[in-house]
Amino acid sequence: MLIINDICKTFNPGTINEKKAISGLSLHLKPGDFVTVIGGNGAGKSTMLNAVAGVWPVDSGRIIIDGADVTGQSEHKRAAHIGRVFQDPMMGTAPNMQIEENLALALRRGQKRGLRWGVTNSERREYRERLSRLGLGLEDRMTVKVGLLSGGQRQALTLLMASLRKPKLLLLDEHTAALDPATAEKVLQISDEIIHENNLTAMMITHNMKDAIEHGTRLIMMDQGRIILDIEGEEKRNLTREELMNKFAQVAGRTMESDKMLLSKNCA
Amino acid sequence: MNTIVCLGLPSIGNLISRMPGGVAQGIIWGIMALGLYITFRLLDIADLTVDGSFATGGAVTVMLILAGWPAWAASLIAMAAGVAAGMCTGLLHTRLGIPAILSGILTQFALYSINLRIMGMAANKSANPDAFNLIISMRNIPGAILEGFIIGAALIALMYWYFGTEQGSAIRATGSNSAMSRAQGINTDNMKLIGLALSNGIVAFAGALMAQYQGFADVNMGRGSIVIGLAAIIIGEVICDGLLSKGCNFGIRLSFVVMGGVVYYIVMVIILWLKLDPNDLKLFTALIVAVFLAVPYIQTQAKRSFRSAAKAHQKGE
Repeated sequence: MLIINDICKTFNPGTINEKKAISGLSLHLKPGDFVTVIGGNGAGKSTMLNAVAGVWPVDSGRIIIDGADVTGQSEHKRAAHIGRVFQDPMMGTAPNMQIEENLALALRRGQKRGLRWGVTNSERREYRERLSRLGLGLEDRMTVKVGLLSGGQRQALTLLMASLRKPKLLLLDEHTAALDPATAEKVLQISDEIIHENNLTAMMITHNMKDAIEHGTRLIMMDQGRIILDIEGEEKRNLTREELMNKFAQVAGRTMESDKMLLSKNCA
Repeated sequence: MNTIVCLGLPSIGNLISRMPGGVAQGIIWGIMALGLYITFRLLDIADLTVDGSFATGGAVTVMLILAGWPAWAASLIAMAAGVAAGMCTGLLHTRLGIPAILSGILTQFALYSINLRIMGMAANKSANPDAFNLIISMRNIPGAILEGFIIGAALIALMYWYFGTEQGSAIRATGSNSAMSRAQGINTDNMKLIGLALSNGIVAFAGALMAQYQGFADVNMGRGSIVIGLAAIIIGEVICDGLLSKGCNFGIRLSFVVMGGVVYYIVMVIILWLKLDPNDLKLFTALIVAVFLAVPYIQTQAKRSFRSAAKAHQKGE
């Protein structure tokens, strides 16, 4: 479903702030893969997701979504295939617009936006039904401006928006990190449901090892712009926190030694 | 003050006789403010192009009318000229990466020369309402008010429709959260371009109406129009929120914006009636806009200042 082939990205090249965020990263997702992504600060997790979403062009390498090469496509073009939820609850919705208007914007992702009505009555019925399944009481507040909602409500709404038109790829960038533990749990549960119901291919960044182990069908760990650990299937299901820590120590130790070799590969 | 003492108090009758003219001009400025609303409120861009495109609208209309075009066609071509001006600003901003406010200033600056060329290097050109059949004229003020009202109402209906469509919603989303809009597949650069073009089209159309109303176009007629337009928007919104505490929908809000233009002009008529120096008008306008912009801010600050927090604590004890 997603092929990331040897991509590199350096921010602020040629300045004192130069930062090699991703160096020669490759990843291949099968349809239905739900990948949790862990790694320290600056490991390149968000950079990888932003590269796939097309927030900026990569320096080298290719990105292929469902057989189509999107490396040269701009962010809004790729959006047709990608649903996204961000870390900042303010980022995923338009605060000055109503709940139903936000959903209507999402329903038309990848479509031509012409002079038909922005929201139709038949859509409204569908939104009401979908919102009621979130269990947050939003179905009775559909004409409320999104700016008045709490962070958790906004993230749940953003999740619904990301999946309203079934995406080929769902990208969750630490989408529960800014929420209190109870709300984070609820939003994670909604994420699970939406991914399972629609059989979505998804990547979820998290700082929480427990969440990374308990959710998803595959786990990758990143360090210094590369994937250093990739666990799936039976091994992922039986994974414990201690095992993960051990593996990290092993792999991290090994990669330290071979850093020079890997860093010089392909990236200018 | 001196002048008031010298001339004695102006008569109320004089004030009332001046009112209708103020209302008619206020409606035209209100229509201009509808255009400004698209950039200022929906796209969240302070677009200074309008000072130039308002005059462009007037210049194009008068020259076409002098060339024998019917007034309505001349006004529509003026609108198209405004659309082109808005697109210049939009292209400078979205394709060349110049900040929005600076893009507007550049286009406005360039339009001064262009407007002079449109008028054959004359600083002003008149179209005598006796010689030509104009859409709107100060020769018939009640008629001008009625026509302004009809045009304003039609424009509000059109805007209400357009900003409810998929494309209009995409423009509003771009102004509300551009990162989210791109994630939802909206080409935010194109939406800004369309918004700026439509906005300046309406502004130039208002300029066309103003030139016909006063019977001439002047290269300086647009100077300060962004401030007058902002005054209309802000006065209208303050009145709207004051009268309808539950909040008003888009159409009603736009109606109040036009009304804001009228209120602004009535205040101007009163200031002139008080025989204050007309050269001070711009100072008064700036003060009015500053006050209306500051009031909502000061109100919220007053509710959550440290001083009021301390007072609330004392009361509680």
